[in-house]
Amino acid sequence: MENSQALLHAENLGKDYEGTSVVSDYALTLQGGEILGLLGPNGAGKSTTLRMLSGTLAPSSGKVLINNIDLLEHPGRAKQNLGYLPDMPPLYPDLTVREYLEFCARLRGIQKAQTRQAIDTALQRCSLDDVANRLIAQMSMGYRQRIGIAQAIIHEPHVIILDEPTVGLDPAQITAIRELIRSLAQDHAVLLSSHILSEVETVCTRVQIINAGRIVHEQALDQSRPLGMNFELFFARPPSCADIESVTGVVSALEHDPGFFRVELENDDEALAELTRQAVSQGWQMQEMTRSRESLEQVFMNKVFGETIST
Amino acid sequence: MIRLIAGFEYRRQFLSPLPWVLMAAMQFVMALLFLVFLDNFLTELQPRLSLTPDAPGATDTIITPLLVWGGMLWLGIIPLLTMRSFSEDRQYQRYELLLSSPASITDIVLGKYLGLLLFIATALLPLLITAASLFLVTSLDWGKLIAGMMGLYLMLASFAAAGLFISTLTRQPGMAATLTYGLLALLFVLYLSGKSQGAPSPLFVYISHFGHFLSLASGIVQSKDILYYLLFMSGFVALTIHRLDWERRRG
Repeated sequence: MENSQALLHAENLGKDYEGTSVVSDYALTLQGGEILGLLGPNGAGKSTTLRMLSGTLAPSSGKVLINNIDLLEHPGRAKQNLGYLPDMPPLYPDLTVREYLEFCARLRGIQKAQTRQAIDTALQRCSLDDVANRLIAQMSMGYRQRIGIAQAIIHEPHVIILDEPTVGLDPAQITAIRELIRSLAQDHAVLLSSHILSEVETVCTRVQIINAGRIVHEQALDQSRPLGMNFELFFARPPSCADIESVTGVVSALEHDPGFFRVELENDDEALAELTRQAVSQGWQMQEMTRSRESLEQVFMNKVFGETIST
Repeated sequence: MIRLIAGFEYRRQFLSPLPWVLMAAMQFVMALLFLVFLDNFLTELQPRLSLTPDAPGATDTIITPLLVWGGMLWLGIIPLLTMRSFSEDRQYQRYELLLSSPASITDIVLGKYLGLLLFIATALLPLLITAASLFLVTSLDWGKLIAGMMGLYLMLASFAAAGLFISTLTRQPGMAATLTYGLLALLFVLYLSGKSQGAPSPLFVYISHFGHFLSLASGIVQSKDILYYLLFMSGFVALTIHRLDWERRRG
């Protein structure tokens, strides 16, 4: 089979809801060690997609393979290789963390003899050791989210699907969860959804942007990718955009805040030299200049809102 | 898998206060009723019955009414137990947890139902002990007691099946409890209306739970009554599975 290395594979996945299509033509191939971010505005179909991939919602079309096992034909076996965190951690407040994880472990097919070991490992990975015997009802949101993740990794699944794992957390908790997700990817394939761009940018190795139920963009996020010819400039006496664009070598200029410009140059060192010369001779008083990589935000805005802006 | 879910659901009942409170309140009321019937027997019935040959004994006059009352009171308790099954699970997205696990929908439904049945059996134990305690002072008709307890258990099991199904229809536990209570009360009223003097309806009596329970409670064990409950239970369990499966397909 051509995708023998893929841990999670989906093709032609679609969901119709009362005649209208919510998700269509969704495709995905995820290898071990990858963290794929599913990005999209609210209501784009992220949760629906994740629910289809996790087997909690039957797709209208297409197929899903988890570790090469067909999710629709052999749901029981396929789901043994899957850990899933819904958009709210699925907890029993009346139980202690350990009791809860014990049930999850057994539910996911871990033998009774190995349960204790599995729980201890999961507790440790999610930094829950100290609260193992406390009632879930007494836990804060950050802890609950971590218990939710512990539940998804307790059986060492090949594929981990996390729906908005950092929603509702404070910045310190978000950092901790991101660290956890990065460490999980060492031996699992992770798929997470988010509507926070920076989160996907910092955590994921690959991103899929979906809008209105379709994949509109997919790219690898290599953290060491070369910088583009995009610059952020600040002028104390700002010219008009047209003035900047009239400089030789400038491709486009956009004043996004008063005095702040986002300028794209031709890939040519002379263009930069020319722009600085002009800025001095025309007296624009350049006070700041930074080189920026094309951020995901720009791609996102273009792909998701591009059409609406241009019309 | 079914055993795991059933055991978990059963143990989970004892971890929250509601089932304890329900059981305590039930036992308090049942003990009072027991005293009332016992007192009635000692002061009113016994002197008269002792003179008649083949008269009903303590089992008929104390235990049978106790079980019938028990059945009516449990009608209000079962909805509070079943409402948690699926409604609460969905509120907390725990249903997603079960569904994304290797357990099938059939496993989940049967597991939850068996857990409920186990819990109901446990909750009926105090009542059984209360009733059976009469053997210390008189000779009991054990056959009648067992038939009556079995009837009560079968009826409560059928209540639970209906409640389980209704809890899949809504996310709000309160709504599920109210709807279940409404359905059970309706079935009870069907019995009354079927027995009414003006327009008796054997069909209504047959459909209702209570007719079948009353014959068991009075010591008549008929396979048709037991079959009724088994049909009722398997019907609602099948409906529950069907409903959840339909939902998984539809979204």
